[in-house]
Amino acid sequence: MSAALLVRSLREPAGVAGLDATGWNALIAAAKAERLIGTLACRLDGIAIPPAVRPILDDARRDSAREAQQALWEADRAALALAPLGLRVVLLKGTAYAAADLQAGQGRFIGDLDILVPREVVSAAEQALIGAGWEWVKEDAYDDAYYRQWMHELPPLIHIERDRLIDVHHTVLPLTARQTPDAAAMIADAIAITDGLYVLSAEDRVVHAAAHMLADGDLQGGLRNLWDIYCLLPETDRAALKARAAHHGLARHVAQARRLADAIYGHGVRLTLWDRLIRARLLARDGWGRETRKLLVFAFYVRSHWLRMPPLMLARHLWIKWRKGHRPQ
Amino acid sequence: MKHAITLRIGPATFRIGSAWPQPIAELARLYAAYPDILGAIADFTVRLQPASRLRRYVRPSIFITGDHGLADAAPMSLAHGLLAAEMGMNLQMALGWRRHLLLHASSVEKDGRALVMTGESGSGKSTLAALLGERGWRLMGDEFALLDLDSGAILPFPRLVSLKNRAIDVVAQEVGETRMGPLLRATAKGDIRHMIPRADAIARMGHGAMPALLLFPRFGHDPAMRAVGRGEIFMRLTQASTNYVALGEPAFAALTRFVTGVPARAIDFPSGDAAIEMVDRLWEEHL
Repeated sequence: MSAALLVRSLREPAGVAGLDATGWNALIAAAKAERLIGTLACRLDGIAIPPAVRPILDDARRDSAREAQQALWEADRAALALAPLGLRVVLLKGTAYAAADLQAGQGRFIGDLDILVPREVVSAAEQALIGAGWEWVKEDAYDDAYYRQWMHELPPLIHIERDRLIDVHHTVLPLTARQTPDAAAMIADAIAITDGLYVLSAEDRVVHAAAHMLADGDLQGGLRNLWDIYCLLPETDRAALKARAAHHGLARHVAQARRLADAIYGHGVRLTLWDRLIRARLLARDGWGRETRKLLVFAFYVRSHWLRMPPLMLARHLWIKWRKGHRPQ
Repeated sequence: MKHAITLRIGPATFRIGSAWPQPIAELARLYAAYPDILGAIADFTVRLQPASRLRRYVRPSIFITGDHGLADAAPMSLAHGLLAAEMGMNLQMALGWRRHLLLHASSVEKDGRALVMTGESGSGKSTLAALLGERGWRLMGDEFALLDLDSGAILPFPRLVSLKNRAIDVVAQEVGETRMGPLLRATAKGDIRHMIPRADAIARMGHGAMPALLLFPRFGHDPAMRAVGRGEIFMRLTQASTNYVALGEPAFAALTRFVTGVPARAIDFPSGDAAIEMVDRLWEEHL
């Protein structure tokens, strides 16, 4: 399994010395598929690698540096657009890690800009962004209504000139999820990094990452999310993290994220049966970068819907999506 | 994957895997003259996989993907497997190559200087490069010209030349059947046939050349020639590049140098012979 090779190489970079060409091809394919190639490149900095690998990792490092630069520029533009509202704009995920210069940001792939704003100002924030050149991406009326009624974020907006997406969150999990984290407390305790821009506290960063990975979604990109968590954990106070996770109703998820991070990227720890299933899903990637364990992957896809919605609502949602031609992969 | 081959074209190495043997066998035959690099570490992985479980066996249909893929790419018939492999390699270059500025252009070399030809699909740039490659020029590539960010040289990417529709017979007559691939009928782009570059183009695929002339060819019009302003050239080349934005400031500097240093003409032509005559005349004038 090449995902296993990928996590082993992130854990112990010196171990790549023993790889042959087949091993390197598998490692690179898995790292690209998991969008961890930039992270891998940073981890292998200073380690002896074959000449053919060097330019591949140099490319990845350069790409991640450009992504960070672009992400910070987008954050700056969003802050400018939202400045008249006088609110705290909290950066989330990749952009936050780059802005705060955290280890989790080293070489990290950054896609969209994710920000968190107080729920009561979310409409005003949307209007301000639209006034500054962002526009709606989703044309579909059902999707739009669904986002607005049930999701933890606005429908994605794209900037008309820069072609970059922004996700405006007002809380951490969909409103239909069983847990209801305290977004107001997250915003209140956020840390200022520049004029108007904030990042979550060290503990809330882990809570948010764990919620995102384990209480929502189908674990696509899970190895990357778990690497974030692994890098974010040392910055937290363990007792404070436990208390904070409990406050958000996510104690179980944070504890599991810690176990998985230790087991996969750290020194190993006892795993429950449920942990092992998640680990099997996370490592479902072969030497060609293909997803394996189709049934398990599909089961987690089904679970992601189950997490998101009560049964009747899910049935209605799937029926509407089916009629619109959506099919699971 | 079950069937695989590793190919090096210019500076890039591809590992191509396929669920079926046919595309790999065709690649092995047509790329036989290229360097043997079995088991090398590849810059890119290309995968030709079944569009669905059923489509491995029943009306087999290929989904092209790899390190870089397009989720909404249309599946292709296994009969067009060779084209799928070529498209898979192009896709990796277009979306993933970072070591040079990638120009969607053909290029040929003579006397150590490069002629670069750029234009939309159907402009005749591939056919023209293929014909010039048989008439005293060295073919550097029919799809991508790689502009070196430091030296300003054009580096070759001499993959198989992809010929479409009417160009097929014109070129096949010139080069002979042994250097032609199978005829792929009724693809999304019409009939397609691949041509193996001459041995010198393959042997010297590591050697670049400084650009001396840029042409914007347009096939199917009365012969005409016009100058093109630098602003227009710059804009058209940024549009012809898939990694201009990703490379940032170094790409801007390299392209500025290219546009200010290389003379350019737009040429319209009704036939290959007319085009070659125009190219030879322009080449004399500018050297």
